[in-house]
Amino acid sequence: MGAAEAAAQAKLRMDGVGRRFERDGKSIAVLDGISFDVSDGEFVCLVGPSGCGKSTLLNLMGGFLPPTSGSILIDGETVEGPDPRRILVFQERGVFPWLTVEGNIAFGLAKLPKAERQERVAHYVRMVQLEGFERSYPSDLSGGMKQRLQVARALAVNPDILYLDEPFGALDSVTRLVMRAELLRIWQTERRTIVFVTHDIDEAVQLADRVVVLSSRPAKVMDILEIDIPHPRNISSPRYLELRDDLLGKIGLAHSV
Amino acid sequence: MSSLAKSGAWERLFWPLLAAGLLVAGWHYSVVWTATKVFPSPLAVEQGLAQLLRQHVLWRDIGDSLRRVALGFCLAAVAGVPLGLALGWYPALNQVVNPAVQLLRPISPIAWIPVAILFFGVGDKAAVFLIFLAAFFPIVVACVAGVSNVPSIFRRAARNFGLSPLQILARVVFPAALPQILVGLRIALGVAWLVVVAAEMLAVDSGLGYLVIDSRNSGKRYDLVVGAMLVIGLIGLALDVGFRQVEKLPSVRWGSRRES
Repeated sequence: MGAAEAAAQAKLRMDGVGRRFERDGKSIAVLDGISFDVSDGEFVCLVGPSGCGKSTLLNLMGGFLPPTSGSILIDGETVEGPDPRRILVFQERGVFPWLTVEGNIAFGLAKLPKAERQERVAHYVRMVQLEGFERSYPSDLSGGMKQRLQVARALAVNPDILYLDEPFGALDSVTRLVMRAELLRIWQTERRTIVFVTHDIDEAVQLADRVVVLSSRPAKVMDILEIDIPHPRNISSPRYLELRDDLLGKIGLAHSV
Repeated sequence: MSSLAKSGAWERLFWPLLAAGLLVAGWHYSVVWTATKVFPSPLAVEQGLAQLLRQHVLWRDIGDSLRRVALGFCLAAVAGVPLGLALGWYPALNQVVNPAVQLLRPISPIAWIPVAILFFGVGDKAAVFLIFLAAFFPIVVACVAGVSNVPSIFRRAARNFGLSPLQILARVVFPAALPQILVGLRIALGVAWLVVVAAEMLAVDSGLGYLVIDSRNSGKRYDLVVGAMLVIGLIGLALDVGFRQVEKLPSVRWGSRRES
């Protein structure tokens, strides 16, 4: 396979992406020469130590920030700004509190005819299992429900890529497990490309096709790990534990607490 | 507090009514025991108000005061909300305008009375102008603060869904700032009601403020003075309670809850 063909196949291509911030007259490098590809329909997790610039990387991919060096290509085109074809899901408080569940899901659908919009909203209310809460406001929902709502609002506009920025980071551990299973179910039915930022090793090994391991600041790609376990994954299988230990070792953590 | 909150509806009414009753009783007996000839008793005030009602003076004065407040307040909201949104939306513009706002804001609207009369003469327009001034600044300040407090996450989400800047303002920034804007409007309405009384004492010859000053000037009718004061208090309370109902609407009440 030639290089041109590979480039054509990549859904998202990060090519030597760097980002610097000016702070107090000093230029601080946050990301340095990040290169990797994400293919169409793939589930990729980005892991790295806290504060290493994972969220900055998502903001660059989402077009909210321009890179200071390198290029970001989606379907071969340079990312110029935010676009409804790729939606960023925030860690928490991303849903609009003045809109109902229905209002939130319909937020990006203003251009659709009413009947189609209602149909789309009903579909995604079912998909994230918020039936019966259509007219509830976010203040009446639990943390997990709010995140499901945010995912539904993102999916409703039919994006190619979902960027998730530690979406379950603020949830309790049980809810987090349930949400991972939910996300996998949605991903398997909808087959979007997903780039998922987390600092939770288990989360990455449970969800991802491939895990991109970032170093501490300035973040570089340290390794890319393929998780070759079919779904549903047995989280006490030897292979799972092996990959998990491998990943822990790569971000420099010992096997004991 | 919790014991009051848990009690039934009649109990929640009972204690405040008892307190008000005791206050009126204290007033009554103070008048009786001091044998004052000047200050009216509650009964005299009640008779004075009844007399005003029979002469159809009271309703006319209430109507005039409310009309001036409504006009001045609406003008202030129509001018102040868009200006406040614009200043909050363009911080650079705010930096230019803010010093002037901060200079004018602490000037009591009462101090503007001579200027108002100079501009508009003695009459309705001067009073409405004063109420406009009183309500305008709290509204502008609340809108600026409301817009600048909108979390950047909401703006980013809106940009992500492909909204134009104007759509972001209308569909995200305005509703996100609305709880704070409504608090500003309620404060402005309270100030407007304070100011209308003062304005009517000097700039016009009708309304509750005029009733207060005229009752004193024409025959020292302190029963009518106190009666008018009570009516002013009751209407002010009703305006505030009414406005708080708006703040309880589901699309804005999230703003007064702190998220856990």
